[in-house]
Amino acid sequence: MRELLRKFSEAYGPSGREQQIARLISEEIRECVDEVFTDTLGNLYAVRRGNGAKVMIAAHMDEVGVIVTFIEEKGFLRFSNIGGLSPYVLLGQKIVFANGTVGTVGMEKLEDIKKLALDKMYIDIGAASRDEAAAKVRIGDIAVYYRELTIAGSRAIGKALDNRAGCAVLVNALKNLDRTDNEIYAVFTVQEEVGLRGSRTSSYRLNPELGLAVDVTPVGDTPEPPAAMDVSLGKGPAIKVKDASVICHPRLKELLLDLAEREGIPCQLEVLQSGGTDAGAIHLTREGIPSAVISVPCRYLHTPGEMADLTDMENASRLLKTFLTHPLEMNKIFPCYLT
Amino acid sequence: MLLSRLSEACGVSGDEGEVREILKEELSGYGELKTDTLGNLFVRKGAGRKPRLMLSAHMDEVGLMVAGFEKSGLLRVHKVGGIDDRVLVSKPVRVGKNRVPGVIGAKPVHLQKPEERKKAIAIDNLFVDLGVRSQEEAEKLVKPGDYAAFAAKTRAAGDNCLTGKAFDNRAGCAILAEVLKDDYPLELTGVFTVQEEIGLRGAGVAAYSVYPDLALVIETTSASDVPGTSEAGHVTRLGAGPALTLMDASFITPQPMLDLLVRTAEKHAIPYQFRRLTTAQTDAGKISLAHEGIMTAVISVPCRYIHSPVSLLNLDDWHNTLKLVKSVLQSIVEGGLPECASY
Amino acid sequence: MEIKRFLKDICQAPGISGYENHVAKIVKAAFCRYADEVRQDRLGNVVFYKKGAGEDGKRPRLLLAAHMDEIGLMVTKIEDDGFLRFAAVGGIDPRTIVGQEIILYGKETLPGVIGAKPPHLTDEKERSKGHKLEDLFIDMAMPASTVKELVRPGDLAVIHREAIELAGGSLSAKALDDRAGVAVLLCCLDELERLRHAADIYAVATVQEEVGVRGATTATYGVVPDIGIAVDVTHADMPGVPEHETAPLGKGPVITLGPNIHPKISAELLRLAREYRIPYQLDTAAGATGTDARAIQVTRGGIPTGLVSVPLRYMHTSVELAETEDIRQAGRLLALFAAALEISAVEGLTCF
Repeated sequence: MRELLRKFSEAYGPSGREQQIARLISEEIRECVDEVFTDTLGNLYAVRRGNGAKVMIAAHMDEVGVIVTFIEEKGFLRFSNIGGLSPYVLLGQKIVFANGTVGTVGMEKLEDIKKLALDKMYIDIGAASRDEAAAKVRIGDIAVYYRELTIAGSRAIGKALDNRAGCAVLVNALKNLDRTDNEIYAVFTVQEEVGLRGSRTSSYRLNPELGLAVDVTPVGDTPEPPAAMDVSLGKGPAIKVKDASVICHPRLKELLLDLAEREGIPCQLEVLQSGGTDAGAIHLTREGIPSAVISVPCRYLHTPGEMADLTDMENASRLLKTFLTHPLEMNKIFPCYLT
Repeated sequence: MLLSRLSEACGVSGDEGEVREILKEELSGYGELKTDTLGNLFVRKGAGRKPRLMLSAHMDEVGLMVAGFEKSGLLRVHKVGGIDDRVLVSKPVRVGKNRVPGVIGAKPVHLQKPEERKKAIAIDNLFVDLGVRSQEEAEKLVKPGDYAAFAAKTRAAGDNCLTGKAFDNRAGCAILAEVLKDDYPLELTGVFTVQEEIGLRGAGVAAYSVYPDLALVIETTSASDVPGTSEAGHVTRLGAGPALTLMDASFITPQPMLDLLVRTAEKHAIPYQFRRLTTAQTDAGKISLAHEGIMTAVISVPCRYIHSPVSLLNLDDWHNTLKLVKSVLQSIVEGGLPECASY
Repeated sequence: MEIKRFLKDICQAPGISGYENHVAKIVKAAFCRYADEVRQDRLGNVVFYKKGAGEDGKRPRLLLAAHMDEIGLMVTKIEDDGFLRFAAVGGIDPRTIVGQEIILYGKETLPGVIGAKPPHLTDEKERSKGHKLEDLFIDMAMPASTVKELVRPGDLAVIHREAIELAGGSLSAKALDDRAGVAVLLCCLDELERLRHAADIYAVATVQEEVGVRGATTATYGVVPDIGIAVDVTHADMPGVPEHETAPLGKGPVITLGPNIHPKISAELLRLAREYRIPYQLDTAAGATGTDARAIQVTRGGIPTGLVSVPLRYMHTSVELAETEDIRQAGRLLALFAAALEISAVEGLTCF
């Protein structure tokens, strides 16, 4: 899991430009699935054929980034954000473009640091002129945090754990998957960070019976956390009850809890007040697709120092594997409760 | 000139009829025309050919809606779409099906307290005055739910420029109409969409119906090369050619589409610029996510002061945008659809 | 038909967005006698189908949608001392829930109260500000260890409120938004028993409206109606609120006009109201409405949509207030619309 996470975390793949990370993932999973393909938006599908329930598992592979909007005469790059990025976090960071060009983020003179905003900031790639800069970077090019993964005990620190941790969990589960009747569509989705876009079109395409997203969740176990939440690092994967995008299907949520208990996998319940995940798009597809979410608890989201617990990831993968091999026929999980 | 006629027509979101009629008349004989339940206008050419392309331009403009009456006969109004309150005061409008003339009035500055004078005049303190003396008289002329649009003539100005209202997006409609007059060896559906300004509501259902292989959105975008903004902050510049969208709040242009547009512009020596703002939305946001996802791009005419009755565009930009759209179609005819990545 | 009894029953039933099954059962029990078929889709929408009298291929499909979910509270965290922190499901004004009794649905159904720091311990400045959600907590009046046994994060709570009959035929209750609309559907189905209608009727009690018109999104996709009409509540008259933004109680159903609404549908509703002397009021919405109509209109290739509302005071509180006569008249209006609907009218809805 650790090496998988390292490989995925350090890869380049901002929303809308996921080709590099998609290629890496496809190389990892090719051997353990029946089919791999992509679609118009760039979603990566990995299929395990079966005769049972058709299940879609989504893990988004995109990460937040910055997009170049202007190149100044002296070679500095002006930029805007892709996905939720705080200017305070970005300041002084190294960032890297698809072609490997590295830059650092600086700011104009400010009387009051509270007024820091992206339009007061710039990227310096060491170019002395517009022409020199333009030889390496074009307007519209996108950069991500430049950061190697560090392991600290059972915990990993790095960029893009949101949601490469989820990708690693899903890949790991696919690699260890036992025989199952379920027909499994693992989808590594694009453009989640800008509005759950890849999952919208991929779930429409697949029209599965059930949807499950594997993503990260913020936690409530740090000093003065932003919101009261009962999720901690190291206490196992979180089973989502709701966030701003989805109220997880009560039966599916209970099924996950039961499976975790049966297998002795530690888990937690997550009630997230803001933020969304791919299940938000999946469950509203076509006539509605019952959906749930397994979350990897993760601190410091959307910073280059995101932290997740490798044991939580192992347990998330076990829970996912258990779920995927469980009989998931609709009539078993959803006996019509109104007849 | 078609653009002037389109610009001067009233077509607030949900009330696009006048614009639609002009387009139907202009395009009759150039393809199969139909409308859907929201009022989107479809013009299809070359049915059955491959590939299938959709070109869209929204017909609607921002405006006002009659919400109620004061005893005095003044109208209370809602804003339809994103209008800056500050642009409303002292503008003439036309209200309702009979295009009753009115003006937007507010308390005279003389009667405002010094503190009030510093503040923007909010919609709650603005009224449409039809010149009548009572609610009864007003009710004879207009009804609740009637729409009101800015009244402004299109005028030539300065160096090959036009001023007027609703260039966002009648400039795009006029381009799409011209494009549809030519024939191409592919199936082309031109869609004049409704209700873009209130949340891209027409485009989503239109794309669901058409389900093309590829879509191009023809838009009008803000040119902000005006005092008070730095060059780095210019969304687009007037006269610098059609603007290509990199991303906005609803959409990220796929690299193969962006490459196609840039390559085409350079091949035909058409000036172009990038739209350097990553917020706001266009119909592409809905179209690109229809069904299993649709390859989409946005080409815009740069325009100053959009969403006001004095928007200002440069006709060279307009012609170059038209040329670029036609050239992109040509590129697709010659080189096929751009390929997406596969592994 | 005893509409008031039904309304009281459904208002008192719990049915927070995503967890509507309890109220759904009551709705089904009341509706099934009018229906040829009842089904529940995978998100929980309850769809009642009643076949029309038209020939095959000539029966327009009419969707009538009222949401049955209500706003509520969800436990986010159990503090070490047993107090519960919570989030709002749907739009809740924290100032309206201080000092309320609640019912918590944990391992058992449990009573509790919503407490806050006592006013005696706050200064005047603090008291002049409204409570924020994060200042409030649920007190279960039991030891922390028992709370932890019985309550988990994700458990739901509703304000405990018996429906109250007030003078003049009005009713005050929680969740009248939009159980009043559900009652309108029932009145409509009842009226239709006495009317010939060519159209197939799909009356849907939708889920998850309060968290983003989610149920209507999937229900409409599944039903594929020719016409969809949402039935919801709208703000009634109140001192301090401009007249043009409200509709007085007791003056009949409210017909909405605007881009979210197909002009021919609002026109037909108006025509019928006048012809049959049903009192009505007009409302204008300059964009997409905050109702199921928002979702219905943009489903698939577009659905001609209407919106009929019941005036309601104190929306999103536990003392919402509506008049039963408005509900009855709204039901009548919809029934007349359904009865007048012929396939030829549907064909005209794409002609502009």
